[in-house]
Amino acid sequence: MIATLMFYLLGAVALGATVMAIIQRNPVYSVIYLVKSIFSLALIFYLLGAPMIAALQIIVYAGAIMVLFLFVIMMLEVTPTNAATRTAPGWFHWGPVLLLALTLVALTLMLIGLDPVSSEGVPRWHASPRDFGYTLFKEYALAVKIISFQLSFAAVGAFHVGMTERRRARQEDAS
Amino acid sequence: MSESLVTLALIAVKLGLIFAVILFMAAYLVLAERKILGRMQLRYGPNRTGPFGLMQPLADVIKLLTKEDFVPARADKWLFLLAPGITAVTALLVFAVVPFGPTREIFGQQVPLVVVDLNIGVLYVLGVSSMAVYGVVLGGWASNSKYSLLGGVRGLSQMISYELSLGLSLVPVIMMARSFSLTDIVMAQQNLPFLLLNPVAFGVFFICVLAESNRIPFDLPEAENELVGGFHTEYSGMRFGLFFVGEYINMVVLGSLLTVFFLGGWHGPWLPPLAWFLIKVLAVCAMFIWIRASMPRLRYDQLMNLGWKILLPLSLLNILVTGAVLLGWG
Amino acid sequence: MHVVRGIRGTLQPFWVTLRNMFRKPVTVQYPEEKQQLPERYRARLILTRDPDGAERCVACHLCSAACPVDCISMQAVEAEDGRRYAAWFRINFTRCIFCGLCTEACPTLAIQVTADFELAGRDLLKLVYEKEDLLVDHCGTNSNYNFYRQSGIGVSAPRGRNPGEAPPADVKDLMP
Repeated sequence: MIATLMFYLLGAVALGATVMAIIQRNPVYSVIYLVKSIFSLALIFYLLGAPMIAALQIIVYAGAIMVLFLFVIMMLEVTPTNAATRTAPGWFHWGPVLLLALTLVALTLMLIGLDPVSSEGVPRWHASPRDFGYTLFKEYALAVKIISFQLSFAAVGAFHVGMTERRRARQEDAS
Repeated sequence: MSESLVTLALIAVKLGLIFAVILFMAAYLVLAERKILGRMQLRYGPNRTGPFGLMQPLADVIKLLTKEDFVPARADKWLFLLAPGITAVTALLVFAVVPFGPTREIFGQQVPLVVVDLNIGVLYVLGVSSMAVYGVVLGGWASNSKYSLLGGVRGLSQMISYELSLGLSLVPVIMMARSFSLTDIVMAQQNLPFLLLNPVAFGVFFICVLAESNRIPFDLPEAENELVGGFHTEYSGMRFGLFFVGEYINMVVLGSLLTVFFLGGWHGPWLPPLAWFLIKVLAVCAMFIWIRASMPRLRYDQLMNLGWKILLPLSLLNILVTGAVLLGWG
Repeated sequence: MHVVRGIRGTLQPFWVTLRNMFRKPVTVQYPEEKQQLPERYRARLILTRDPDGAERCVACHLCSAACPVDCISMQAVEAEDGRRYAAWFRINFTRCIFCGLCTEACPTLAIQVTADFELAGRDLLKLVYEKEDLLVDHCGTNSNYNFYRQSGIGVSAPRGRNPGEAPPADVKDLMP
């Protein structure tokens, strides 16, 4: 009972914070609202019996990626935009957003309708880090390895791009 | 019914005691640091308030509470008022999973000497401590001052470069203890602390912890001689005090984390477990103070180099070697 | 070699700080112990008298002109024998920065510095010193210097003819 109530409360907070993150003019506020939304998501994961995912959500998203966002915003000194306040945004502006939102709502309803577990509320199982690890690295070992290879490809690629630019700069310095 | 009431009461007493002890330790760490730093620089340090200056923390608190709580004119008010709290609260929250003694029997009940023994304890520690940087950054940004902003940006970039090695240096510990729970990690060090089993991980973790605590040689966000006060330049009164106390709570908490992960927690001969835990934590804090007295501040690019080019590959290599050894051992 | 130097440079400061911890601090516990100040320490200003017991100050305003923070003010008055003196002389020690430029500017060595630095107080107006607070009963650092005897000025009598005045120095003469 309490878990269900918490779930809906956290869900509302997550949704509200995400909407605020989108409509805020100040990028730093957007980041803070996003962090708030990530936090409520992490708590929802915890309620659903996945503490590992909850912790990773906070460490990776709130602790690393949002920090990186904040870093970029502060380095580039993105100022809040006060311009471009059109009086009546027409269908041209709201149409795509509305379409996206409707699709998302439809998808969610479909998921709830299709999946018998989620419609009954909070499941009773609990994924400890050990179970999580076994599932991830035994059952889905191949997928995990492919994804990690992709990540290392990306890292090597980024390194390569950085290197060529630096080399070019050095050549320009030399000439 | 009465059973659960006793349990609740015990939890409440435990929480209160931990809170009081940590705040007390943080307050007297300030005094100890000033005293030791003074003696290392051929000064006496504070010795006027009470015998040997022992009432100095109290005097400081009274002073900070009676100062004006000032908000700069163009500052972002909400974030400015919020930021010091984030720093202090995250520092306190980390201690929730730190076990400081074996399970004790009080009033016929098994009472574990830890607030909660989470099965994702290590991840919780990493997650909450990575939140601590938000206090620094938001405080720096909201002050609307160049020095504060620079301090905040430095805090961010510092955190990005060492947080990865901090997490990776704990992976061998988790591999050796076969658990994320901090109690299990301490139990795994019953015979031999991980400091002796894996000194490389200890070294990397110690350096990262120094960076995490924003102390010399990694006090770039504050950098008194370049940035006035860094992220807390514009703060006054108890809000500055919260930043300040947060730093020292952080010292206690990080000291106890080092103790739990590498120094064998409460294990030790002859003395009671709690005494061993306290001695180890205080020794780590004394080491922090000694380092502060002896080392200069790293430059921004030196910190980046150290984080990305030395600590990260070293900890990755350490994971590989530890894994190989553990596999070979059986 | 590089590595060895680096390691030594990292470890040496730890030894230095540890050793310092067991040495006696060099600081002085101020209100109980007083520091031995240098002889020429610059602190509170005084107005000295010449060996005959008369005021040295001739109210020339050079000190107040030299003062970078404008903390010296005075009123010049002429006596019957034509010599000038200060009717009132005031130094505002809340503004004084103890630079000692007034003593450099003083032609009669009247204004001098002392090593008395304990001027702190709660009432700012008490730090505005009048002539009677500044005047002392001794000659300060130059115990036998007397301005009028050295240079003499022709006011009621020609130069060097007033009582107690030496004849003016002959600048074309090499002899002392």
